[in-house]
Amino acid sequence: MALAANNIDATEALIAAYPAPSGEGKWASDARVRALTTLRQSGAPVRRDEYWKFTNPARLTEPAKPAAILETDEVPVFEDTDKLLVVFVDGIFRTDLSDDLTMEGVEIETLASAMSKDIHWAADIYGVLEANGQNPVSRPLAALNTAVATEGLVIHVTGKASKPIALRYIRSGADTDVMVHNVIKLDAGADLTLLESGPAAARFNSSLEVEIADSAALHHVRTQGRDHERLAATHMFARLGKESRFKSFTVTVNGVLTRNEAVIEFTGDDAFATVSGASAGDGAYHHDDTVFVTHDALNCESRQVFKKVLRNGATGVFQGKILVPSHAQKTDGYQIAQGMLLEDDCTFLAKPELEIYADDVICSHGSTCGAVDETALFYLTSRGVPKDQAQDMLVLAFMDESIQEIEDTALADEIRERLGGWVERHKD
Amino acid sequence: MLKIENLKASLEEEDKQILKGIDLEIGEGEVHAIMGPNGSGKSTLSYVLSGKGGYVVDGGSASLDGADLLDMEPEERAAEGLFLAFQYPVEIPGVGNMTFLRTAVNSQRKMRGEEELNAAEFLKLVRARAKDLKIDADMLKRPVNVGFSGGEKKRNEILQMAMLEPKMCILDETDSGLDVDAMKLVSEGVNAMRDGKRSFLVITHYQRLLDHIKPDVVHIMAAGKIIKSGGPELALQVENEGYADLLNEVA
Repeated sequence: MALAANNIDATEALIAAYPAPSGEGKWASDARVRALTTLRQSGAPVRRDEYWKFTNPARLTEPAKPAAILETDEVPVFEDTDKLLVVFVDGIFRTDLSDDLTMEGVEIETLASAMSKDIHWAADIYGVLEANGQNPVSRPLAALNTAVATEGLVIHVTGKASKPIALRYIRSGADTDVMVHNVIKLDAGADLTLLESGPAAARFNSSLEVEIADSAALHHVRTQGRDHERLAATHMFARLGKESRFKSFTVTVNGVLTRNEAVIEFTGDDAFATVSGASAGDGAYHHDDTVFVTHDALNCESRQVFKKVLRNGATGVFQGKILVPSHAQKTDGYQIAQGMLLEDDCTFLAKPELEIYADDVICSHGSTCGAVDETALFYLTSRGVPKDQAQDMLVLAFMDESIQEIEDTALADEIRERLGGWVERHKD
Repeated sequence: MLKIENLKASLEEEDKQILKGIDLEIGEGEVHAIMGPNGSGKSTLSYVLSGKGGYVVDGGSASLDGADLLDMEPEERAAEGLFLAFQYPVEIPGVGNMTFLRTAVNSQRKMRGEEELNAAEFLKLVRARAKDLKIDADMLKRPVNVGFSGGEKKRNEILQMAMLEPKMCILDETDSGLDVDAMKLVSEGVNAMRDGKRSFLVITHYQRLLDHIKPDVVHIMAAGKIIKSGGPELALQVENEGYADLLNEVA
C-alpha cells in the first residue's frame, strides 16, 4: 500500500533528524541502506497502524528533540551484583566510566568499532534479525534505529561468562534523544546474563538483536529509568537455536510513554523463551508491551507474563501474539497479561492473539483487569494489617508472578525491592 | 468481654436486613456456640463484628471490653483482640505465609504500642506453634493458603489465632470441610488456647464439633435473631430433632 504524502514527508523528516553515518565498512552501510528502504516502505508509525491503535506514536516520531525534565533521584540498580559494568552517558559509550571490556568467554567491542571493519561476524545479525522481525508486523522505529544508530556494543559469547554484563544508561541532559543498538551472539553452549538499567535519555530508542545458538542461554533483566517525563521505544529481536534458553524480564516504573517490543523466533527444536515484565505507573503514564513469538520448530516452550499496576489515570497496553505454523508440533505457548487498576480512571488494553496451524500444541492465554481484591484485603486487615499496608502487599503480590520468571533469585529480590520502593512513594 | 446489644445489620447493596436485633454477652473465658439453619445470619454476625465491607449497621451496639467495635476499622478490631477464623480462608498468591503472619503480628503489636518481634523471636514462636498443629515448614513458606487442602487451610487459621493471641475468637464453621482427624487436630489447637480468660464464639451447624470444643452456652439463631439459649444439651437436642420444633416453639 502506498504511503500517504504526509507520511512520506514525516518519514523523511524523521530520517533527516539523525546524522547519516558515514565511513563505515560495507556490511554496515548495506545494513543501513536495507533498513532505510524498509522504513521508507512502511513509513513512520501512525495511530492508524494496527499495532499502534492503543499507543500514540506521535511523540516518538517527532523530528524535533524532545525535552523531558531530568530527575536526579534515580537509584542505581544491580549495585551489589558482581558484574562487568558498561556505562553510556546520554547514549555515548564512556571508557572512563566503564570496566575494562575483557572477560573470559566473552568478546566485547563497541558497535562503532565493529562497523568500521570491512568484515565482521555482526553482519549476520545486525539489522538481519530486525529485518526478519518486520514481517508480518512492521517496526519502523527499529528500522530507524538500524539505519542511524552508532552507539552500542557487539558481544560475542563463546563460553560461560563469569559474571553478568551490566549496561548502565545514564542521562545527563534535559533534551537528549538517544539511539543505542546492541548485538549479542551466543555460541553453542554459551551462557550470559545481560543487565540493563537507567533512564538513558529524554527519548530513548534502543534495539537489541540476539542470536542464541544451540544449547546456549541468555538471561536478560532490565530496569527502565524512572524519570517521569521520558519517552522510550525499545526493541528486542531474539533468534533461538536448538535447546537454547532465553529469559527476559523488564521492570518499568514511571515514564509518560514506553513501548517495549519483543520479537522471538524459535528456529531450533526444544528451546525455551520467556518474555515478562512488571510495570507500575501513576498519572500520565502509558506503558505498552508488544510481543510476537514465532514457533518455527518442534517442542518449544514460550511464556509471556506481564503485570501492570495502574493508578491515577495511567494506561497499560499489552499486544501479544503467538504464531504456530503447521510444522511446529508440540508447541507450548503461554501468555498472561493482567492489569490492576487502583483507581477507576485507569485503562488497561489487552490484545492477546494466538494464530495456530499445528494440531498438537498446548497454547493458553489469559488477560484480566480489575481492582484490588476486596476479599483478600479484608482477610489481611482482619489479621491486623493496616489497610494501606495490606493493599501494598497485594499490589506487590500481584506483580510477583512476573518476577518469578527471573531465574536469579538475588536479581529477583532486587526487583521486588525496587517495586516496593515505588509502591511506598506512590500513595494517596 | 464481648457485648452485643440489639444489633441490626443489612446488606449494603440490597435493602435486606439480615441481623434483626441480636443480644449476646460473652464473659471472660467463656465458650459460646451459635447454631442455626442456613441463612439465619450466623456468618453475617461474624462479618459485621469483624468489620467486613458490604454491610450496614442499622442499629444496636457491639463492644469488646467496653471498646466500641462497630466504630473501628477491621485492623483496629484485630488489635483490640478480636479474631475471626474464616469459614473460607482466602488464598493470596504472591504473599508468603510467614511474611503475612509476621506482618500481622507486628502490626498488632505496633498498634497496641508494644515492641515488635524480631525475625529470630518470631521464627522461634511460629515454629513451636506450627509444630503443635502439624503444620510443616513447607506450608509456612508457601503463599497464604494457596494450594492448601481444606484441612490445611483451617489449621492455618488456628495457627494465625495462636500467633496473634486474641482475647475474643470467633470461629465461623471451622468444622466445615474437615475429616474426623483434622477436626480433632483443630479442636485441640483451640482447646490449647482456652486459658480461662480468652473467650470463644463457635459458629457451627453440627453438634459434633461441640463434642471437642465444649461450650458453656449454646444459642440458636434463626431469621436474624437468637431465639433460644441454653446449655450444651441444646446442641444435642438440635442434633436429634433438627430445628423445626425449636422454630415452632418460638413462633
